[in-house]
Amino acid sequence: MWRYLARRLVLTLPVLLGISIITFVLIYYLPADPARMYAGPSATVETVDRIRRELGLDLPLWQQYTNYLGKLVQGDLGFSYRKQTPVLELILSRLPYTAMLIVSGIFVELALGLPIGLASALARGRLPDRLGMLVALLGVSAPPFWLGLMLLYWFAFQIPIFPLGGVEHPTSIVLPALTAGLGGAAWYARIMRSSTLEVLAADYVRTAHAKGQSRHLVLWRHLLPNALNPIITMAGMDIPWFIGGVVLVEQVFAWPGLGRLAVEAIQTVDVPLILGTVSVTALIVVLSGILVDLVQSLVDPRIRLSR
Amino acid sequence: MGAPALSSVGVAPARAGVTPMAYWPLVWRRLRRDRAAVAGLALVAILALLALAAPWLAPYDPAEQFRDGLTPAGQPLPSTLPEGSLRFLLGTDAVGRDLFSRLLHGARVSLTVGVLANLLTVAIGTLLGATAGYWGGWVETLLMRVTDMMMAFPTLLLAMALVAILKPSMGIIIAVIGLVYWTWIARVIYGQVLILREREFVTAARALGTPRRRILLAHILPHLLPTVIVWGTLGIATNVMLEASLSYLGIGVQPPVPSWGGMIQQGQAYYRTAPWLVVAPGVAIMLTVLAFNLLGDGLRDALDPIQRGRD
Repeated sequence: MWRYLARRLVLTLPVLLGISIITFVLIYYLPADPARMYAGPSATVETVDRIRRELGLDLPLWQQYTNYLGKLVQGDLGFSYRKQTPVLELILSRLPYTAMLIVSGIFVELALGLPIGLASALARGRLPDRLGMLVALLGVSAPPFWLGLMLLYWFAFQIPIFPLGGVEHPTSIVLPALTAGLGGAAWYARIMRSSTLEVLAADYVRTAHAKGQSRHLVLWRHLLPNALNPIITMAGMDIPWFIGGVVLVEQVFAWPGLGRLAVEAIQTVDVPLILGTVSVTALIVVLSGILVDLVQSLVDPRIRLSR
Repeated sequence: MGAPALSSVGVAPARAGVTPMAYWPLVWRRLRRDRAAVAGLALVAILALLALAAPWLAPYDPAEQFRDGLTPAGQPLPSTLPEGSLRFLLGTDAVGRDLFSRLLHGARVSLTVGVLANLLTVAIGTLLGATAGYWGGWVETLLMRVTDMMMAFPTLLLAMALVAILKPSMGIIIAVIGLVYWTWIARVIYGQVLILREREFVTAARALGTPRRRILLAHILPHLLPTVIVWGTLGIATNVMLEASLSYLGIGVQPPVPSWGGMIQQGQAYYRTAPWLVVAPGVAIMLTVLAFNLLGDGLRDALDPIQRGRD
């Protein structure tokens, strides 16, 4: 397993390298002038030119990139043009908030989605099933940022239980986490339902029932471990989407996370900050993918880590 | 479509006591019997009609600002005017424009982007996935590594950066969604081709000396059609959502052209006093996404050659 893990980690390097190249090339062709953005609107042409030379922005693309890489290897992500602060420091200060949102959002996805899907499957065709699946279908179809605004309207404005935004209050996380997780919960409910139905029809479940095992035991020993398998696969595919959604959720709730930082960076053409936020987000996506694969191999011994 | 060729291989071998039926009529029959799918199809048809007929159905120009479209305090008008008039069916927005007219015109943007962008994603994804799966060797390695890399990319941020560079317009947004979101389809198609290329009919074609390109186009591609149809429908739902997200972040179709995501962004500042500005476009997005999801789910079940034990 350790060898596998090392191999996967090494393989993420070319992925991250590729992503940084694409991002670098994209920024190079941004119509806005980073030197001008750095210097501010009132700076003279001479100042802007001087800044361009100081930042190395007058160099050819490949040279700018190798300079960037050279510093990156030393753990230097550069200086934000706009905020005049090291990019790494900015990212580290925002990372805990995004991590909190990701973890609590995934918790909402699983804590709501799995029981609903399971209950739906066990009540197949009856009212709870139909109701559960209707709600899930609506949840899959509603835009997350809109759900967030609706939650804000009802549970922060009309019935002021939760704060309207920000992070000051301990309950501040509730609405953003719900917003981030509801869509995914609906997906998981649908998948959990169909995978439970598939397992329910399997021979080993019938056998377990036939030999007189209690419903309780069948559920926990035979049904759940097998029904959860597709959920874990799904979680792996869901992560890039989920993190994309987090960007929007942060926007709705003024949540000071990485997503908002990245959006700001793109809007102000803050080159080092764009590179930093995009790379770190990509790193999170890649690492979570590896984590999901590991979890899956632990849960399902049939899957061997050998790719 | 080459229905006879497909029916012989696309359908599971007829079980004893079951009369075999041609593939496409069978699909259509299954789809017709699926109430949710029929509802989805009807909803898609209605939305398409509304979008097409928007200029004639909309009571006003979506960009026209009415002097009587704001309250004396300068606030957006609710739909239920005190005097009970139906001048503005759904009320007005922050600058006194008719919300209903804007919603109808917004449908045009959503559906155009959703459908065209999805044609592009499906085309790119199918081409790359099928090529990687069938060619194998370094082509496969290269294409699938690129796909992996694209999947790790924070796609919404990539789309944002691209749209920012290329200046947002409907064409650019379609192109960007197409360029960013083909990876899922590529993966699915790749997996299917890996299975298909080991099937006997491919071996037979190869034994007959059929050129590789022809095997891919004439023998493998038709089998991918059901997958392409399902993704072609479900993907529209995804793209409608994406377009709305980009517009919500302010990098979608630019004003004065109304788009649902943009309307939510502009209405957001008034969500306490004029919640309808956020509710109405959100419901419109939800209904559209729902319609394509229902239809796509129904198509998936109907196209599945072996009726699974579900539902």
